[in-house]
Amino acid sequence: MSPEEELQSNVSVASSTRNIVGVLKEHNYLGLSDCSSVGSSNLSGLADDDKATISLKATELTLGLPGSQSPARDTELNSLGPAKLDEKLFFPLLPSKDEICPSSQKNIASGNKRGFADTMDKVPVYTEKNWMFPEAVVATQSVIKKEVAQNIPKGKLSTTNNSSSPPAAKAQIVGWPPVRSYRKNTLATTCKNSDEVDGKPGSGPLFVKVSMDGAPYLRKVDLRSYTNYGELSAALEKMFTTFTLGQCGTSGATGKDVRNETKLKDLLNGKDYVLTYEDKDGDWMLVGDFSWEIFIGVCKKLKIMKGCDAIGLAAAPAPRAMEKSKMRA
Amino acid sequence: MNYFPDEVIEHIFDFIASHKDRNSISLVSKSWHKIERCSRKRVFIGNCYAINPERLIERFPSLRSLTLKGKPHFADFNLVPHEWGGFVHPWIVALAKARVGLEELRLKRMVVSDESLELLSRSFSSFKSLVLVSCEGFTTDGLASVAANCRHLRELDLQENEIDDHRGQWLNCFPESSTALTSLNFSCLKGETNLAALERLVARSPNLESLKVNRAVPLDALTRLMSCAPQLVDLGVGSYENEPDQESFMKLMAAIKKCTELRSLSGFSEVAPLCLTAFYPICQNLTSLNLSYAAEIQGNHLIRFIQFCKRLQRLWILDSIGDKGLEVVASTCKELQELRVFPSDLHDEEDNDTAVTEIGLVAISAGCPKLHSILYFCKQMTNAALITVAKNCPNFIRFRLCILEPNKPDHTTSQSLDEGFGAIVQACKGLRRLSVSGLLTDKVFLYIGMYAEQLEMLSIAFAGDTDKGMLYVLNGCKKMRKLEIRDSPFGNAALLADVDKYRTMRSLWMSSCEVTLGGCKRLARNAPWLNVEIINENENNDVMERNEEDEREKVDRLYLYRTVVGARKDAPPCVTIL
Repeated sequence: MSPEEELQSNVSVASSTRNIVGVLKEHNYLGLSDCSSVGSSNLSGLADDDKATISLKATELTLGLPGSQSPARDTELNSLGPAKLDEKLFFPLLPSKDEICPSSQKNIASGNKRGFADTMDKVPVYTEKNWMFPEAVVATQSVIKKEVAQNIPKGKLSTTNNSSSPPAAKAQIVGWPPVRSYRKNTLATTCKNSDEVDGKPGSGPLFVKVSMDGAPYLRKVDLRSYTNYGELSAALEKMFTTFTLGQCGTSGATGKDVRNETKLKDLLNGKDYVLTYEDKDGDWMLVGDFSWEIFIGVCKKLKIMKGCDAIGLAAAPAPRAMEKSKMRA
Repeated sequence: MNYFPDEVIEHIFDFIASHKDRNSISLVSKSWHKIERCSRKRVFIGNCYAINPERLIERFPSLRSLTLKGKPHFADFNLVPHEWGGFVHPWIVALAKARVGLEELRLKRMVVSDESLELLSRSFSSFKSLVLVSCEGFTTDGLASVAANCRHLRELDLQENEIDDHRGQWLNCFPESSTALTSLNFSCLKGETNLAALERLVARSPNLESLKVNRAVPLDALTRLMSCAPQLVDLGVGSYENEPDQESFMKLMAAIKKCTELRSLSGFSEVAPLCLTAFYPICQNLTSLNLSYAAEIQGNHLIRFIQFCKRLQRLWILDSIGDKGLEVVASTCKELQELRVFPSDLHDEEDNDTAVTEIGLVAISAGCPKLHSILYFCKQMTNAALITVAKNCPNFIRFRLCILEPNKPDHTTSQSLDEGFGAIVQACKGLRRLSVSGLLTDKVFLYIGMYAEQLEMLSIAFAGDTDKGMLYVLNGCKKMRKLEIRDSPFGNAALLADVDKYRTMRSLWMSSCEVTLGGCKRLARNAPWLNVEIINENENNDVMERNEEDEREKVDRLYLYRTVVGARKDAPPCVTIL
């Protein structure tokens, strides 16, 4: 199979994968009782069931997925939760050190591979030499392995509108981009805290960014430092209270909570603000659907949105109430 | 020949500060040479292996200030092995032995040891100023000796060094009698800082103008520091793990308001939430702003801040500011002279549609008439944009464009960027430094050779087709001093075409090109006044043994430089000097 053909099949299978998983999520949203039979059993939001269900899916899917990763991926997928499944399928390069990732769907973005192929033709000298991955960590040549270059679709190296053209390819060129190590290290220390750690549970802090509509800056929270939604909620409320000070007057007394510091909580539980998160698919979801363990596995970013903006995310009032009760728990 | 007594001539020479001019003076006549060299106080040595300390001291006995540079530029990007060289110790030993009245030492990319710092601190009783940029090899113990022993220390400026932080009490080592500090920069230290010692030091330094602290200095400490140093002109802010409460924030803002002389801000290396906004009161006074480590501050907040910085002359920022942000800069910062836009997303994790593109560059060129230096990292570029930039800004002295993806063509036409860069060199007649990137053929070098008459430093990566490219540059750019090339198909023909050219240049770097060992050997034979260094990081480091059969073997890394003192003796095994 030529690289292009390989790509095409990746596209179709990957996108169908995505659809199915997307549908799974929607089902979760509609609540406990609404399970249709899209190959999924009882979607109660329980971790084990999800795992089993999705690993079943995984088995089906990987049959269709070519590429050097599939053998490894089969075993990995069966033992991982849904979060890992998503990650491996769609973000296989994050933050792992995989060198080859032909099936990353985002690399397929474009006809840019044509452009690159033209480039390659124009400068034949480079094809041999300059696109080789170094063998050792300490590279003697700042080039990329020829074999790898042939396996990787050409589009990988020249996509423009495509943001996840592989960091692996870039990272392998020694000394490129020409940024001082001091700068790289300093920024890396900053970023390390806000990116997800390579998936192993309990393996250190799990910082995600938290933004709030109207706030002038982001914060970071370590999801692993909380054990349930309630703690998270309390912490966020403390963090963002300063911003809601001006607004608490308008929300008024929504009711039961009499504590002084519950302004944000009121806002969260009331009409004005909801807590949402971005999952690994890039979808924005209301917090509270999954169990805490699953949630921290899938959550990439948090956002405190105005209730009116979040309307599209809520399927129906009843499930929302259920989320809220989970949050309060 | 001299119509004036020597003292008068010397006095006149005192007004001439530039190294180039003083070098020219010394060539006029023997007596001028002598007067000049005996009165020379400041010497700049661009390559520490071009000369040795003994000869330096012999020629300039009145030396007070020495600037030394060690490793080649590409060492910044991990292309030079750590043990390559650039040791300052022999220099300090020689200067100490000769009892030179050294007052200032500025080092860049050199290896400095604690022992060197200790010797330095004990040997020069008038020592005033130590500036270390991108150096390594020392610890805070070395800093402690400098603090303790240099009674007249005014400036301790540590920029982007790799320092082993022993979390000692080096700040405590400044004696109570030390009150002369004008500049203290320890932003690159990674460990804890003794805040009490720092505050006491700042409090007893009424002349302190520049203070750059490290990450370990929290908000309330910063507030106290600024309160006892309202005369600060240049401030480097640390980072903030803790969220500030209302009261702390108000106090900080009050302290900042008092710093009416503040002109330069930097630091902010972790999210400093309210901290940036606390500087609103003085931002219209700022002439220099470095937010290039502020990865956590979102683009729109950067923009909101910069909107008020109407007097900015220098701006270093991350590409997260976006084209929109640059448009704001273009309309606000009419005094802007230098802009650096660094990549924020080095690991390509974010879905970064907000990073800068050619649009931002064009906007800046259109809006900032005084712009003369730019360093711009971006993901895409077009010839049309570069042509427009050239038209808008013919005054560039430094133009460095780095398109993150090697070999990337113009993204609208899929052509090479030869024409774009060609326009830049043609329009910018004063261009002294240029870095090119993207898809480039030999043609761009033809343009550079033809038009870039003042060009002194050129950085090439993943560019060109044949030896002709390099030849155009070597033949055309009469003022070339530093040429550095990586991953480009230039070989022996270009390297050997004009050996005498290298007499006029400081150095040439070529890595992952087509030059062979045989070619380098031939060059070394024909130019004994050059050090031709081959750097290999193979297991088999013994290049000399494979002499006979491997003349055709390509050379990993070649670094050659003119020198008057022959091959250096401190090269590590991985370096072979031919």
